[in-house]
Amino acid sequence: MGIPQTIAEMSRALHGGQVSSVELTRALLERVQRSQPALNAFVTVTAEEALAEAAAADRRLAAGERGPLLGVPMAHKDIFCTRDVLTTCGSRMLANFVAPYDATAVARLRAAGMVMLGKLNMDEFAMGSSNETSHFGPVANPWDLKRVPGGSSGGSAAAVAARLVPGATATDTGGSIRQPAALCGVTGLKPTYGRVSRYGMIAFASSLDQGGVITLTAEDSALMLSAMAGYDERDSTSVDMPVPDYAAGLERPLAGLRIGLLKEFFDKGLDPAIEAPLRAAIAELQAQGATLHEVSLPNLPLSVPTYYVVAPAECSSNLARFDGVRFGYRCENPRDLKDLYERSRGEGFGAEVKRRIMTGTYVLSAGYYDAYYLKAQRVRQLIANDFARAFAQVDLLVGPTTPTVAFELGVKDDNPVTMYLNDIYTIGANLAGLPALSLPCGFAHGLPAGMQFIGPQFSEERLLNVAHRYQRVTDWHLRAPPGYAS
Amino acid sequence: MSTTWETVIGLEIHAQLATRSKIFSGSATAYGAEPNTQANLVDLGYPGVLPVLNGEAVRMAVMFGLAIDAGIAPRSVFARKNYFYPDLPKGYQISQYELPIVAGGHIDIVLDDGTTKRIGVTRAHLEEDAGKSMHEGLAGLTGVDLNRAGTPLIEIVSEPELRSAKEAVAYMKKVHTLVRYLGICDGNMQEGSFRCDANVSVRPVGSEKFGTRAEIKNINSFRYVEKAILYEVARQIEVIETGGKVVQETRLFDPDKGETRSMRSKEEANDYRYFPDPDLLPVLLTDTYVSEVRGTMPELPDQKAARFVQQYGLSVYDAGVLTASRELADYYETVVRELGGEAKLAANWVNGDLAAFLNRDGLEIQSSPINAATLAGMLRRIADNTISGKIAKDVFEAMWSERCDADAIIEARGLRQITDDSAIEKAIDAVMAANPGQLAEYRSGKDKLFGFFVGQTMKATQGKANPALLNELLKKKLSG
Repeated sequence: MGIPQTIAEMSRALHGGQVSSVELTRALLERVQRSQPALNAFVTVTAEEALAEAAAADRRLAAGERGPLLGVPMAHKDIFCTRDVLTTCGSRMLANFVAPYDATAVARLRAAGMVMLGKLNMDEFAMGSSNETSHFGPVANPWDLKRVPGGSSGGSAAAVAARLVPGATATDTGGSIRQPAALCGVTGLKPTYGRVSRYGMIAFASSLDQGGVITLTAEDSALMLSAMAGYDERDSTSVDMPVPDYAAGLERPLAGLRIGLLKEFFDKGLDPAIEAPLRAAIAELQAQGATLHEVSLPNLPLSVPTYYVVAPAECSSNLARFDGVRFGYRCENPRDLKDLYERSRGEGFGAEVKRRIMTGTYVLSAGYYDAYYLKAQRVRQLIANDFARAFAQVDLLVGPTTPTVAFELGVKDDNPVTMYLNDIYTIGANLAGLPALSLPCGFAHGLPAGMQFIGPQFSEERLLNVAHRYQRVTDWHLRAPPGYAS
Repeated sequence: MSTTWETVIGLEIHAQLATRSKIFSGSATAYGAEPNTQANLVDLGYPGVLPVLNGEAVRMAVMFGLAIDAGIAPRSVFARKNYFYPDLPKGYQISQYELPIVAGGHIDIVLDDGTTKRIGVTRAHLEEDAGKSMHEGLAGLTGVDLNRAGTPLIEIVSEPELRSAKEAVAYMKKVHTLVRYLGICDGNMQEGSFRCDANVSVRPVGSEKFGTRAEIKNINSFRYVEKAILYEVARQIEVIETGGKVVQETRLFDPDKGETRSMRSKEEANDYRYFPDPDLLPVLLTDTYVSEVRGTMPELPDQKAARFVQQYGLSVYDAGVLTASRELADYYETVVRELGGEAKLAANWVNGDLAAFLNRDGLEIQSSPINAATLAGMLRRIADNTISGKIAKDVFEAMWSERCDADAIIEARGLRQITDDSAIEKAIDAVMAANPGQLAEYRSGKDKLFGFFVGQTMKATQGKANPALLNELLKKKLSG
């Protein structure tokens, strides 16, 4: 018999006694090992610990304990601190960093009984849209090994698409969950800012970073999010609001749902080969009773430049702690303090990280702060206001996740701006702190195409519900890349 | 023609808030622990950790704001001050920049001529302290101790309204008294709990424009503040008078040499790239919260002094001395309460002999060998005529060194005052019999000899005769 694909299926099999967590874990670890040379999705595989955790989950199951995640294997993006396990953030700077504590999201999934197989590759410090900035090498897209999986959560998306794990954590600062999910044909949810604790999630841009999940199905995202989300007294920006059982609302019919078609997303940059399946997917939602309304967010086209002021500004400060003094990379034989700083940081960080630190330092400098940082914050507010106005008329917004399908490795090396424009449809939700979800809606050029939902704050339940209703009548999300079928 | 110069000083006082844990982490703040034993992952700036604001630090800052009659910001914002230094683990200090928690207060100081001068306080903001770099005993290496990193500070910024080193010291002392009254800072200057930066400039008297200032960093004693400012003022005047220009720079005071020297110039100054800290929410304070804090405020030094004048009939001077610290004022009030009155007597002793002994032995009132109840016990014996004021001085000294109460000493040494007419009369008789010549002179009109007879009789009674009674009986006997 084949291995179940989804978390829900695995959970049923575990509870029904058809399979043990150790068996599942062993089978998936084997896939991980086999996939590594081609995909490079993992930075660290914790086989031994995983088998021990699986055995512990089996004991809990045998003792009658129940839980939708208990004994189900998963993996964490390597941006989440995991106690006693290497946490590299995809950087040479942290290539030797063993975290002394668990991130809150990690601890919560651990408590729910999920079994961690290891740590997933990513763009260095989550800065990138192709996974090519990782110190540990790029991740390949399981649909076409010559292509990128997207980024920064490229390892998470590739691992789920390749059926190495049914679910993975990921983070999204400007699209880092949704863009790779779209490019790899899986489901990715970026929750509302403040919904999942950032404690233990290595900061890139604190006001934009949000932890979330990548899974095959909306149902699985609901299961994982229910365990991860919630207030954390160690993160002042986490929101103290009850966490609903996200899985409970999945079946709600779509009758009466008002969907806003985001005019700005259907621009000339959008590949018509993506637009076609996307239009079909929207028609399917209408067929289920949703009504469609065209909505315009006039300030949304300013998202990318706004983001590339705010995010680098915060990153230039957040990454100052990597100075070679207390942890992480330190240069050989520093001559003095200045040399220690310059060489540790110069050698420890990659080119994209340095580019953003320099941009951020510049926009915060005396004499430039008002023109860049302050203005960007004002535009950010305008964008958030646009969204708020839209949500007075519709329940959620729909559009493409990315303008194109997965591109080839290396093609966007020359000009960072063409790479930045890949996040043109995703950044708005981060700037406004809104929840957004990407799910597969078909294929373009033989590669997965993603549909994106953006909802008002704390509307995760609704986003997951709509995605689930769509996935009940389609099977794009269950199509595995050739060679990676169950 | 020589110019007369006016000194312009503004002080930035850093007072460490007396919270049990740090401003953004749960680590303890106690001083003197082994290096790096009071620094957790947040203090060490580890990847992924986040700051969480300590509400107690906010409450203390609000108390300070209320005490100086300042505005309490309904919304204040923490900002990051970015610079690299090994004792600054995150590469930025969390401080407040554009929107401080306290703005626009004032502090009154008393000048030498007895007049009061009001000094404006521009703002007071919350921030975290850095760690310490250590160079001693490390053979050319630098060690970093992060125990202090994250300790809450309130930085109190005055207007440039201080016009002399003396005024600066008076202001700093007043702030010191205030934070200790409020119980928000232990005021320990040796340990660095209370220190200041002085911005000093000079300008020709009558000039409206400020001169170029130098900032003298991290001065941790009242004496050094005075010395540093005096030196710096003289230096700046000399620079200008010899045709030079004062440069804007940061200077350090060297207490051994008694001089300030340049640390870095304006050109070398960091661009701190302040921006609001996205890890912390704005601090929102409601009127209800502020009035709750107001309800917990202790009586402040100026209020207490005014009450002492009114309630105890003390002079303004005595009241001022007694209220210089909350502990001293409490001690004094305990004495008066135990004694059930005699407030003036109590003030004389607390400000007199007790103060002198404490000063002699270098003690604070909290560690006085004679506690308030014990002192009241002795004063009661003066009040009820058991001992005279003169004998009391000996009793006090014995109490100080022997650590026992007045009654025990009076009994053991037989110091009880003689108030029995016949005993005193007997002594007078003996003195008169032994000094017939003086007696004759007195009786022939040499009144001055009265003092001689008082002295002799006191000597005969070993000083124990009740002075008033003695005078009365002696007068009667001598006049025959």
